[in-house]
Amino acid sequence: MALTGLDIYKQLPKTNCGECGLPTCLAFAMQLAAKKTSLDKCPHVTEEGRAALEGASAPPIRLVTIGTGEKKVGVGNETVLFRHEETFYHPTGIAITVNDDLEGDDLEKRIGAIQSLQFERVGQRIEINLVAIRQGDNSSAARYAEVVKKVMAKLDLPPILMSSSPESLEEALKVCAEMKPLIYAADSNNYEAVAKLAKDHSCPLTVKGNGLEELSSLTEKISSSGIQDLVLDSGRRDMVSTLSDLTQIRRLALRKTYRPLGYPTIAFTSEKDPFQETAQACAYIAKYANIVVLDGAEPWQLLPVLTLRQNIYTDPQKPIQVEPKVYEVGTVIDKSPVLVTTNFSLTYFTVEGDVEASKVASLIVVVDTEGTSVLTAWAAEKFTAESIASAVKKYTVEEKVSHRKLIIPGFVAVLSGKLEEELPGWKVLVGPRESSGIPTYLKNTWKEVSL
Amino acid sequence: MPLELVKEKWTGKINEVTIGATKGEGGTRTSKIVVGGETGLPFLHEEGEMPHRPVVAMEVWDTAPSDWPEVLAAPFKEVMDDPGRWSKKCVEEYGADLLALRLQSAHSDWGNASPEKVSEGVKKVLEAVGVPLIILGPGQDDRDNEVLPRCSEVAKGEKCLFGNATQDNYKTLVAACLADGHSIIGESPIDINIAKQVNILISDMGFPLEKIIMDPTTGGLGYGLEYSYSIIERGRLAALGAGDKTMALPIICRVGQESWRAKEAKAGESDFPDWGAVSERGPLWEATTAVALLQAGADILVMRHPRAVESVRKTIDSLTRKNPLRDSAETLD
Ligand code: B12
Ligand code: SF4
Repeated sequence: MALTGLDIYKQLPKTNCGECGLPTCLAFAMQLAAKKTSLDKCPHVTEEGRAALEGASAPPIRLVTIGTGEKKVGVGNETVLFRHEETFYHPTGIAITVNDDLEGDDLEKRIGAIQSLQFERVGQRIEINLVAIRQGDNSSAARYAEVVKKVMAKLDLPPILMSSSPESLEEALKVCAEMKPLIYAADSNNYEAVAKLAKDHSCPLTVKGNGLEELSSLTEKISSSGIQDLVLDSGRRDMVSTLSDLTQIRRLALRKTYRPLGYPTIAFTSEKDPFQETAQACAYIAKYANIVVLDGAEPWQLLPVLTLRQNIYTDPQKPIQVEPKVYEVGTVIDKSPVLVTTNFSLTYFTVEGDVEASKVASLIVVVDTEGTSVLTAWAAEKFTAESIASAVKKYTVEEKVSHRKLIIPGFVAVLSGKLEEELPGWKVLVGPRESSGIPTYLKNTWKEVSL
Repeated sequence: MPLELVKEKWTGKINEVTIGATKGEGGTRTSKIVVGGETGLPFLHEEGEMPHRPVVAMEVWDTAPSDWPEVLAAPFKEVMDDPGRWSKKCVEEYGADLLALRLQSAHSDWGNASPEKVSEGVKKVLEAVGVPLIILGPGQDDRDNEVLPRCSEVAKGEKCLFGNATQDNYKTLVAACLADGHSIIGESPIDINIAKQVNILISDMGFPLEKIIMDPTTGGLGYGLEYSYSIIERGRLAALGAGDKTMALPIICRVGQESWRAKEAKAGESDFPDWGAVSERGPLWEATTAVALLQAGADILVMRHPRAVESVRKTIDSLTRKNPLRDSAETLD
């Protein structure tokens, strides 16, 4: 929340000593509110004054980091309720559970399944971010710590330590505290002991309430003991009330700067059927969960979940683009086919993937359409006979191949006549509409025409 | 101090649109469907009413779709060349309470069928099942204008939902729907101003806004979904918050059509071994597209695969259950 000059003035010494370079404390406060100077220019501000000012200017939703190194995950610090208002900044962390009652092979298998949950889409790597290691009801602290150790030895993912027993959490922290795991969870029964663990090991901590009121009063108590890296669980597991609580937390933080709930959230799926579980996870990704924990670990289940996260967290202001130029897929020769597409990342990588799958080395001419798809660009007159022809000339495609055949997307078949006029000597071939048809096209149709 | 929740004070209300007319109402349907009527954002029951649940319309074609991937075509293999049997199967076996009949046979690449021929398919479906119908043209302006009026006529009085009218091509369809008592779908290319414009053009012909459904264009999961998602949200906020009557219309999304275009939905395991079983992946891709659009504010989801349909229906069940926390003091886990 932005502070006014007056809010700031109240926290200053009011001595007008001038050491900050401004004649009065009020003038300094005004400059500070306008972000034209910084608080450290005043040597006399008290500790409490500084703390109050820093606290008040903190973002309405705290950014909490889990893990260390390359795989660390930062969640929270969102600024809007709807992505079109700006963008969502910190993609929902996706966590998969491992139960500590898994023995030997089963544990290995589970770890292996989790390891493989990473995919490549639109030139980006999409993968799960966290592993939630859950203690069973009948497991001992020693057993739990042993499983945590085993999982951590195999998986390079920040852990969430899930246990209600402070003793078990303590044992587990002995083996992984330096990885900055997220502790799950401090609740009304154990919060003093669990909060102490979080403080001693400086690890982020989940606070679990039974409803928003209890949750707020718990975070107030815990944060007053100096622990700030909190994650919120309102305790709900059914879809409607979870969505309602997640929405309220986001609104209270952003609209009311309500500090007790100004932290990122965590949501858990509860459905056993993988389709229904996916539905829960996806609804929570769309509506305000900063971490979602799933039990399902099938690739066909996580691929749509991670894709949805990618979609929701794409900046609506600027489409992801690739550089317009000629790309070579495979070891091209002068007889390799030449395909044309746009510089919208989604379009380009879809086409590139299918060209690669065809195992026919090819050139792809990428036309600058300001990051728009084939039909969008065509409708907006950015993917025209002229723009394609000028790209072919600019990137000197004539010098790269000995033939004069150009494959255009099936959706813009209407461009072929005009394009042949613009590119004398070239023959325009209309490819399939969907790029998934490219492998068959290159293997069959292209083979024939290129003979 | 009790925590004061942030409840928005919405002033607008989404129109209620009825699809289907029963005997008493001049049609032959055995049931009807009402959509819309929301006075708040989706599924936040403590803050607004959602008197009618979002619905799934199962898609039926009037000619066998030769390009559906194996996983999608399999459940319908036996009935695909007969829209009557296909419809019956959707209703009897999969419990569809609404169907979307797509008149693909009229498409110039799919047989270019005559209005007479196409309208016979419509009749067949009307006779085979009692549920209300959405009737969709092939999406080519000239062919739409030739076949849709005839189909509207044979379905006169049934209160079907016909589509799609667009900014450049709406007059013929609007006139037909007006004459025969149907509702209409207005389509726009993910553009809020064009959406508004289409609604105004249609209503300027004397067609009530209360009988129009908006198709804002759907991008499938991973293929433009986020654009559709945000346009729907923006439209809803304009309707509810700013009281914009020309945006206060229910939303229809062609989920099946768009999600099954995705490589992720149909590519086989041999090509992408890391993606897992395509028999699960395909239907889940479709279901996930639908679940996301529900969160944005979709009212009608046109879908294809029975498993996706079933799953989304269950999701709608969970989402339309009143929130037990806000309605009573009772807690649940
Ligand atoms: C998302 C979207 C947008 C986004 C832009 C996204 C972007 N960055 O491009 C926004 C909302 C901004 C937008 C705007 C507009 N859009 Co738009 N948009 C879409 C939408 C929903 C999806 C497009 C998409 O991302 N597809 C995915 C990509 C991967 O598809 P693709 O590029 O076509 O590539 C595929 C194939 O073409 C093929 N392929 C690609 N390259 C090659 C190359 C070869 C050699 C081969 C063989 C194959 C091949 O492979 C890919 C996968 O199969 C479509 C409708 C739809 N559901 O498809 C409408 C659509 C494309 N838009 C349309 C229109 C009209 C517009 C606007 C002009 C509307 C307006 N007046 O505001 C504007 C133009 C904006 C501008 N001035 O730049 C129309 C085009 C109509 C037409 N047939 O001409 C469509 C079809 C919607 C419709 N039904 O009306 N749009
Ligand atoms: S240095 Fe501090 S105390 Fe002195 S005038 Fe500036 S703000 Fe006031």
